[in-house]
Amino acid sequence: MSKTDTSTASGDRGGPNQPLIIARNLKKHFPVRSGLLNRKTATVHAVDGVSFEVKKGETLGIVGESGCGKSTTARLLIGLIELDDGSIIFDGDALGSDIRLKELQRGVQMVFQDSYASLNPRLTILDSIAFGPKIHDHADPTGIARSLMRRVGLDPNRFAHRYPHELSGGQRQRVNIARALAMSPRLVILDEAVSALDKSVEAQVLNLLSDLRDELGLTYVFISHDLNVVRYISDRVLVMYLGEVVEVGPVEAIYREQAHPYTASLFAAMPSMDPDNRTEEPPLAGDPPNPINPPSGCRFHTRCRFAETVCSKTKPKLSIIAGDEEHLAACHMRDAASGHSMALKEAAE
Amino acid sequence: MTASADTADLAEPIMKTPGYWAGVFKRFSRDPVAVSCAIIVLLLILAAIFAPYLGLNDPYKASMIKRLKPIGYPGFPLGTDEQGRDMLARLIYGGRLTLFVGLMPVVFAFFIGSTLGLFAGYLGGWVNTVIMRTVDVFFAFPSVLLAIAISSALGAGIINSLVSLTIVFIPPIARVAESATASVRSLDYIDAARATGGGALTIVRVHVIGNVLGPIFVYATSLTSVCMILAAGLSFLGIGVRPPEPEWGLMLNTLRTAIYVNPWIAALPGLMIFITSLCLNLLSDGLRSAMNVKD
Repeated sequence: MSKTDTSTASGDRGGPNQPLIIARNLKKHFPVRSGLLNRKTATVHAVDGVSFEVKKGETLGIVGESGCGKSTTARLLIGLIELDDGSIIFDGDALGSDIRLKELQRGVQMVFQDSYASLNPRLTILDSIAFGPKIHDHADPTGIARSLMRRVGLDPNRFAHRYPHELSGGQRQRVNIARALAMSPRLVILDEAVSALDKSVEAQVLNLLSDLRDELGLTYVFISHDLNVVRYISDRVLVMYLGEVVEVGPVEAIYREQAHPYTASLFAAMPSMDPDNRTEEPPLAGDPPNPINPPSGCRFHTRCRFAETVCSKTKPKLSIIAGDEEHLAACHMRDAASGHSMALKEAAE
Repeated sequence: MTASADTADLAEPIMKTPGYWAGVFKRFSRDPVAVSCAIIVLLLILAAIFAPYLGLNDPYKASMIKRLKPIGYPGFPLGTDEQGRDMLARLIYGGRLTLFVGLMPVVFAFFIGSTLGLFAGYLGGWVNTVIMRTVDVFFAFPSVLLAIAISSALGAGIINSLVSLTIVFIPPIARVAESATASVRSLDYIDAARATGGGALTIVRVHVIGNVLGPIFVYATSLTSVCMILAAGLSFLGIGVRPPEPEWGLMLNTLRTAIYVNPWIAALPGLMIFITSLCLNLLSDGLRSAMNVKD
């Protein structure tokens, strides 16, 4: 992670090989308070040691069940909630030592899931988009807002002075995208940004997002539970379970072969387009365990059909799958030395 | 501009959109009860302001002969009080003080309480704890008792009753402001504003105030009727406005001995308090529904 190039001319400080953002061992534990004196009685392990990096210009998809820590990870990346532990390195600059939160926030913006709740109902579309540039003393906040409205496909002459409740969900999400872009970010976090939209509108917004990525050279972190959408837009996929990364890899590799049983069950739950190959039975039973007391060892062992004693005792490490250095999974079955009975077979193959 | 290629969800007629307050006014004007109450309150306020120009009798001029004359007595349309003063003049002049001590404490408390509640709700943490637990202390006392206690500690007089009533109304307004702010605080658009690096003051000014002022304002409007009654109560107890100033509560007090002689006259100040507070309550109800954007 040495800073190879400190020139700021292009805004690309670390050079093309420096990942845009590196998250190392991110931890966020929320205290559960109760009782007479509001004492801390338990801890929710929302994000527990998550590490990943996002390369410049790529789109990293993050998938997982609700409550697995996807949104918390997003909010940690943008500084909306404070890190308990771990570090964030933005283009070679560590948050806290090299850059301050404000500087990180200039480079990272977010689009939220609920298009209505993420717009102030009392502000016009134009004012909402212009808010960021205005507080940063931009010379022409209204001008930049109008040009961004045009860029996301909303005619400023018709929409600039409307209020959020007068727009459709798709139009509001375009406004949210324009607002995020108004800060000229390099990384945009899309937290279930298209999940609440109709399928047809979703497709339009997805196309808009990929056009914007190509035109503006953006980098995306795309959080979703829709595996089809993730496959369409992402270059790499990160699978989370109960606050931990269970598998990460290039989108084709993961869609071809799921190394972790949890990833496999997520993909098995995906409705098939082929009537001869439809999903027969629910592959994964029950809810995820309570993140207040996460299971020991591998957190998935309580729901995994391959679970053995070793799974509840030792936490598996992320290891390389099928010789592809980009593709990692945290499962004992993929580690020949783990002692899992199926691990040897895997290794022998 | 490939993004503008998909015009499907843009195809809707161009229309002028009215602002938020224009919408509130439109909805309010469709509510006959609220509109009539607003007119009555407005008339009362106008009558109080322009009382000297209405050609009324002198409200202080007493007459030992014409004491407690009934309603409709020649020259005195609403009769006279226990000192022979014109009831109509005293009721209209009384509106000046009564409305003043009924409205001003709420106005002051609205500004102070909203500010406290906004900061407590937005900043949270220990700021919230300090402000809201202090406010809770005041809730331990019934508001009537608190007003009486503060007023009697400060001594009788209009200014002192204004001060004591303001103190009484700060806690409830602060609490409403705090809960309204806390619920707005958790919405995504506040997070989005924080993510752009906006400071707390800027975010409160641009994004929070506009969205919480409505409910606080409606609540404060409903408090004016309570405040008027409390102010009248203070005067009734002799720790508010002092005689011979005309004030509805004080008039109710001095006329109570006349209730067996001429009950209609004795009831008039009470009727005024009743009408005014009822209208203020219905008015705040109307405002509440008019300010509801979602319908």
